[in-house]
Amino acid sequence: MEGLSVADANLVIYLHPSKSRNVSQSILRELGSLLFKFNETFDGVLLAYDVNILDKQAKILSGVHPYFGLRLKANLLLFSPKPDMLLEGKVVKLSEESIHVIVLGFLFAIITAENIRGEFKYRTVTLFSTLFLIFLFSLCVGYKDKEELFASKSHKRHVIKVGTMIRFLVKSFDEEILHIIGSLISAHTESIRWLDRHLEEDSEFDRSSMKSRDREWLGDKTVDEGSTPMSYDNHIKMSKKRRIT
Amino acid sequence: MGLELPKYPEMEEDQVFNFTDSEIVSHVKQALASVLSGDNNSYNQLVGVMHHSKHLAPDEVALLETTLKALAGAVSSIDITHHDSLLSAIFCMSMWNYRPHVADALAELIVSLAISNGKYLDLCLGMLVSNFTPPPYFLDKLKMPHGLERKGQVLSRVHAAFKKIADYVPLAPLRLLTIVLQGMPTIYHKDRFGGVLKCNFLINYIIRSVALAIVIYVENMLKLESGEIGELVGSTILMAVVDRLIELDVEIGWDAILQDDFSKGIFEMELEDVDDIEESAEPDVGEFRLSRKSLAGNSIAELLDNLLVLTFEHLESCEREGRLAKVFETLLQSFQVTVLSAYKSKFAQFVMFYACALDPENCGMRFATMLADLFVQDSQPQPTSQGPHGSIEQGILMMSAVSYLASYLSRAKFLAASSISSMLKRLVDWCLEYCEAHDGDINPNAHRVFYSGCQAILGKPVSIDKALALFRFAIMYVLCFRMKVFVDVPRLKSELLIPLEQVLKHKLNPLKVCLPSVVEEFLRQAKAASLFTVCKTFIFDGLLESELSRAFGGLERLDTFFPFDPCLLKKCDSDDDLVQDFVNENEDIMNDEFGKSFDEQGVDMDEFDYALKKMSITPKATSNYKFGGRFQEPARMPSRIRPSTSPESL
Repeated sequence: MEGLSVADANLVIYLHPSKSRNVSQSILRELGSLLFKFNETFDGVLLAYDVNILDKQAKILSGVHPYFGLRLKANLLLFSPKPDMLLEGKVVKLSEESIHVIVLGFLFAIITAENIRGEFKYRTVTLFSTLFLIFLFSLCVGYKDKEELFASKSHKRHVIKVGTMIRFLVKSFDEEILHIIGSLISAHTESIRWLDRHLEEDSEFDRSSMKSRDREWLGDKTVDEGSTPMSYDNHIKMSKKRRIT
Repeated sequence: MGLELPKYPEMEEDQVFNFTDSEIVSHVKQALASVLSGDNNSYNQLVGVMHHSKHLAPDEVALLETTLKALAGAVSSIDITHHDSLLSAIFCMSMWNYRPHVADALAELIVSLAISNGKYLDLCLGMLVSNFTPPPYFLDKLKMPHGLERKGQVLSRVHAAFKKIADYVPLAPLRLLTIVLQGMPTIYHKDRFGGVLKCNFLINYIIRSVALAIVIYVENMLKLESGEIGELVGSTILMAVVDRLIELDVEIGWDAILQDDFSKGIFEMELEDVDDIEESAEPDVGEFRLSRKSLAGNSIAELLDNLLVLTFEHLESCEREGRLAKVFETLLQSFQVTVLSAYKSKFAQFVMFYACALDPENCGMRFATMLADLFVQDSQPQPTSQGPHGSIEQGILMMSAVSYLASYLSRAKFLAASSISSMLKRLVDWCLEYCEAHDGDINPNAHRVFYSGCQAILGKPVSIDKALALFRFAIMYVLCFRMKVFVDVPRLKSELLIPLEQVLKHKLNPLKVCLPSVVEEFLRQAKAASLFTVCKTFIFDGLLESELSRAFGGLERLDTFFPFDPCLLKKCDSDDDLVQDFVNENEDIMNDEFGKSFDEQGVDMDEFDYALKKMSITPKATSNYKFGGRFQEPARMPSRIRPSTSPESL
């Protein structure tokens, strides 16, 4: 997934004298207040930090405010989604109009119908339980549940439903609300699980019937990221390192 | 599924059409889209439907419900700039105006809107928060059965909507928190209307409405705290509630009490029997002594009373759900931050008292330990020099902590005598240690080293010295209430009371500095219990000075402050549990076998009785009066938190 980066930051933090009794706790509290908010200085959302206090003694700043400054060295994990980045998230709600996705457990993204490519069609499937007894029971009581999903026209088993992890493209990112508008238009975007399974089969049998589009996709990925898409599933790759001063 | 649409504006009246859901949704989408092309007709009709709120005919209700549902299906077509009139109509709707299925459809629409685009999130949350309180016309109906029913319907929908939104927007609770805290209604003091409104009736009506709204609002905040969203933001919400209690608390002045001789304040106000107050026709004669002078003050007291009752109920529900320990940690934190540092808080601290009463073994002891820690740690000289802020704050906190501890140990009936004695022992030990460390050392220079931090800034020896005296005084105060328990157990007598004698005879002579009424009471009890053998040192008759005790303290006279003296609020004080948790007088001890031993010792019981009567606090008769009339069982006090004052518990 793109957008994640680790930054080495040199920070100066200003504390009120009333916090002098427990400085380290106050520093953690200050940094904690930055979590899960977009910060312009960092150009991203702070997800985690590891702090190292450099100063053993702090000086009270001259001037009206009797604050004292402390120099810190911090290791920050930042997340800064930008348009055209590929993100991954879990589908939490799906309707004919839209797919709702949660990214990294805290960002909410929406992909509206017009941003879903024509390959996917909205369908509702009546669900019956796989167990026969429950099936019979379901019939008796007339119990049925409808599941909404987007199914691919070209691959019957390629579906997006609630709970699916999908990869999508960022169209825009609202920094204040932390809201992403996503898109499933481009060919790189679909259900991750299906993709992985598909790739496994592909590596085992090297099926010649595989569509050329998929081959292209695989090729792109391997060149772009330098790793197999398998590693995406649960592993966050921190590709970028930058310094913030 | 087909929906019947009895009367859509475009339809002929004598025909009934059946539309499918998707047809209606696409119709609404068309209406929304037509605005972009300049045709506003059908859009205006749509907005018109939203404005239907009162006295709806059944067909109008059906139309409204259908439209809301269709809009929920077409949220992606809504544009924040082109459809602002529709959006503002939706956000102005109040669920309190509608029947359950319309309210359901409205809630569904709000949820869909909130999750459809980040721009609507705050607006939707704000709209839901505004539904915490009913529209003004509904306030009077709240006490009626159908009003209560409606309240239940609306609030359950609002909270369900929050949960749904939070499921799809994980950070929504944080935004909700800000909106809830900012949206809290403020109480209007009567004076604020002074220049604008002349009509007393109107002013009172407004004040009463706002107070009702605040009660419902706080009820909702507590409901949020206990819900799933509370996992994330519960502690902040709870702290905000306590802050609100403190705000109201400080609105009610101490002036009424302080005008009298403050030394009477501790005991004599307790002599009054609430029974008389209940029966008295004049409501402000004694029902609420602190603010009897002004009606606005009275309404604030009433409001505070209601909020405290709500908080108590919430604490009870927390205890039932087994999460009192977690909530208590938040309360404790909040207590340290706000209540402890508030100047002579009068009522807000009873939240802590109540929580402690619900779980004396854990919460009760935790509270006492925290207060003792605060004092003992704070009174240690700090190795590094503190800023001016630190020292003053430290002194005030220390003195408050001792006041709270003394009052708590004295009044909390639910605390086991063993706990009280261990706590007192800790304090006496500290005191003894201090005295030993400074024995014979009357050279002010030595003290200056000890509390140079405070002295340098304030120009006079305040914090440590004052706190020490206050602290001994606190021990005496506790002993006034709990003397008998300690006298009759020899081990305790040797551990606690004998060291205390040394402390009292120390050169700093605390008895000369403490509040006369407490010293007097203490000496009387000490004499009755033949506590101190040599009484020459304690000849204070006529010498019970006021100069010294007045001088020490100055403006921050915390020495007369005992936070857990009886709560003067009507409903809270009539709370069964709270009354039972209180040490009213030494009656329990008297009724125990201790009585016999005193007889054997030949103690002058008349004198002792007199002393005890003087200590009486909350009237016994009130325990029959129910907690706001809500609880039916006469004694709901769980047996495990009954007061334990018998020697067996040691």
